[in-house]
Amino acid sequence: METTKTKEIVINTEPFVVNFGPAHPSTHGVFRMRMTLDGEVIMDMEPVFGYLHRGLEKLAEERTYTSCIPLTDRLDYLAPMSNNLAYCLAVEKLAGIAVPERAEYIRVIIAELQRIASHLCAVGFFLNDCGAFMTPVLYMLRERERILDLFDMVCGQRLTYNYMRVGGVSQDIPEEFIPALKKFLKEMPGWLDEYERLLKDNEILLARAKGVGILPRDLAINIGASGPVLRASGVRWDIRRADPYSIYDRFEFDIPVGTAGDCYDRYRVRVEEMRQSLRILRQAIKDLPRGEVRSEVPHLIRPPIGEAYGHLEGPRGELGFYLVSDGSIAPYRFHVRAPTFINLTALADMMRGWKIADAILIFGSIDICMGEVDR
Amino acid sequence: MKFERYGIGIAKGLSVTIRHLLRRPITTQYPEQRLNPSRRTRGNELIWDKDKCTGCGTCAKACHIGAIHISTSTNQVDNKYEVQKYEVDTGYCIFCGLCVEACPFEALFLSYDYECARYRRNDLLHDKEKMVETPERKVSGYFYPKRAAKLPKQSLLVDNDRGKRHER
Repeated sequence: METTKTKEIVINTEPFVVNFGPAHPSTHGVFRMRMTLDGEVIMDMEPVFGYLHRGLEKLAEERTYTSCIPLTDRLDYLAPMSNNLAYCLAVEKLAGIAVPERAEYIRVIIAELQRIASHLCAVGFFLNDCGAFMTPVLYMLRERERILDLFDMVCGQRLTYNYMRVGGVSQDIPEEFIPALKKFLKEMPGWLDEYERLLKDNEILLARAKGVGILPRDLAINIGASGPVLRASGVRWDIRRADPYSIYDRFEFDIPVGTAGDCYDRYRVRVEEMRQSLRILRQAIKDLPRGEVRSEVPHLIRPPIGEAYGHLEGPRGELGFYLVSDGSIAPYRFHVRAPTFINLTALADMMRGWKIADAILIFGSIDICMGEVDR
Repeated sequence: MKFERYGIGIAKGLSVTIRHLLRRPITTQYPEQRLNPSRRTRGNELIWDKDKCTGCGTCAKACHIGAIHISTSTNQVDNKYEVQKYEVDTGYCIFCGLCVEACPFEALFLSYDYECARYRRNDLLHDKEKMVETPERKVSGYFYPKRAAKLPKQSLLVDNDRGKRHER
C-alpha cells in the first residue's frame, strides 16, 4: 500500500475499516457507517441501513386507508404532520376526493408549523454535532415546545399526531388556537434573530462548517437529492413552487438557496426557510375562511383500481407516497419515497477525503430521521 | 479559513448565553407543579358510556390494533344489543382516537388522564365496569368540542411572559 518515506524511517500504512454506529449518539438513531480510513482521512464510506426496519409498507397493505394514517406518524417522527398530509394527498388523488377550503388552510398552517419545528430540531442538532454542545439545541427545543403546544391543542398529542384525514382534517382548530399562533408569530422572529447572534458569525462554526462536505450541484441533481440539501447546492427546486399542491400557489414566499453546497449553506438554508414559513403562516391566518373542515368521506374508502403518487415538500425534502389500489378497502401497494433515504446516498460522496471528525458534521447537516430511512 | 478579527462572533454569541442566565426558567418541577394538558388530550384510557352504546361494534372495526373486544347477546332491547363484554387492552392501544371518531352514538371517549403506569399487566386490561366516567376519571374533549369547553384552559408556553421581550 502507500509508503511514506521520511529520511530513513519507512512507515507502512494500510487502510483500516471502522464501524461507526449503529448505536452511536451522533448517528441520530440506529445507523451504521462502515468507513475505510487512511489514518484519519476517510477513503470510502458505506452506509448500512435497516436496523429500524419495521415493515411499515407491508403493514399498511392490510389496513384500511384511514387506519394507515397512524402508521405514517411513525415514519418521520420529527415531522409527522407532513407525513400525514402527504399520505392524505395521495389517497385524495387516488379516490378523487375534494377538500374543503378551510381544511386546506388549516393543513397549510399545520404543515408550515411542522416545518419550523422540524428545522429547529435539525439546526439545533447540527450545531450540537459541530461541538456547540447542547446550548443551541436546548434553546431551539424550547421554541419547538411552543409549536408542540399548538399541535397538542389541535390534536391532543405531542408526538404521534394522527390529525390529517382523507378529505380534510380530523377536527376543527379550537378557538384559542389562532390567538396563540399570532402570539407565536410575533415572538418567533425575535428568537430567530437571537440564534443568528449566537452562531451566525461564530468563528469556530465557520471554520468547521464552511467548505466542508461539499455536494456539487450536478451530483445533487443526479442523485435525486431534495429539500435543503439540494437547495444548498444552488438548485432552486421546491415542490411548493414546482408542482403546487394544496393551496400553495396562493402564497408569496421565496425559496432560499445556497451557493457552495457545504455544511454551512445547508444550515443557512434551513434558517432562512423558517423565516419563509413564518411569512406563509402570516398570509394563511389572514385569509383563513370559515366552513367545513372535512368532506363527506365513507368510513371505508374504496378507491377505483389505479395508482397515484402524492408528494409534498416536507422539511427534509420531497416526501412522496405511491399507492396502488385494487378496488378493495386496503392499498394493494404502499410505497414511501423517503427524502432522507435518498439524500443519504449522497453521503459517501460528501465524506470522501474529509477527516473523521468532519464525518459527524457532514452527516448531521443532511438531517436524517432513521424512522423514515428504514421504514 | 482566515479571519481578520478573531473573537467578535464568539463574544456576540456569549452575550446571548449570558443574557439567558438572567432570565427566569421556563421549566416546571413536574410532580409538584403541573401544567394543564390540552383539552383534547388523548389520555391513556378509554371511557365508555353504557347507556348510549348499542353494541354495534363499529369501534372494534375501526381499531386497527385489535385492542377492543366486544361481544353482545343476540336479543335486542330498545333497538340495542345487550353488551355482555366490553374490554380494551390499553397495553396494545396506541391512542390514535380512531375508535372515538368512528362511534356513531357518542358512547366512547378518551380520558383526560395522562398518567397510567401500572405495576401489573392485568391492570392494563379495562373491562366495562372499569371504563365508566367518574369525577376522578375525566373525559377528554377529543372529538367532542362541547365537552372540551368544560375542561380547564391548556397552559401554553407562548403565554409565558418570557417571550414578550421578542414581540414586535
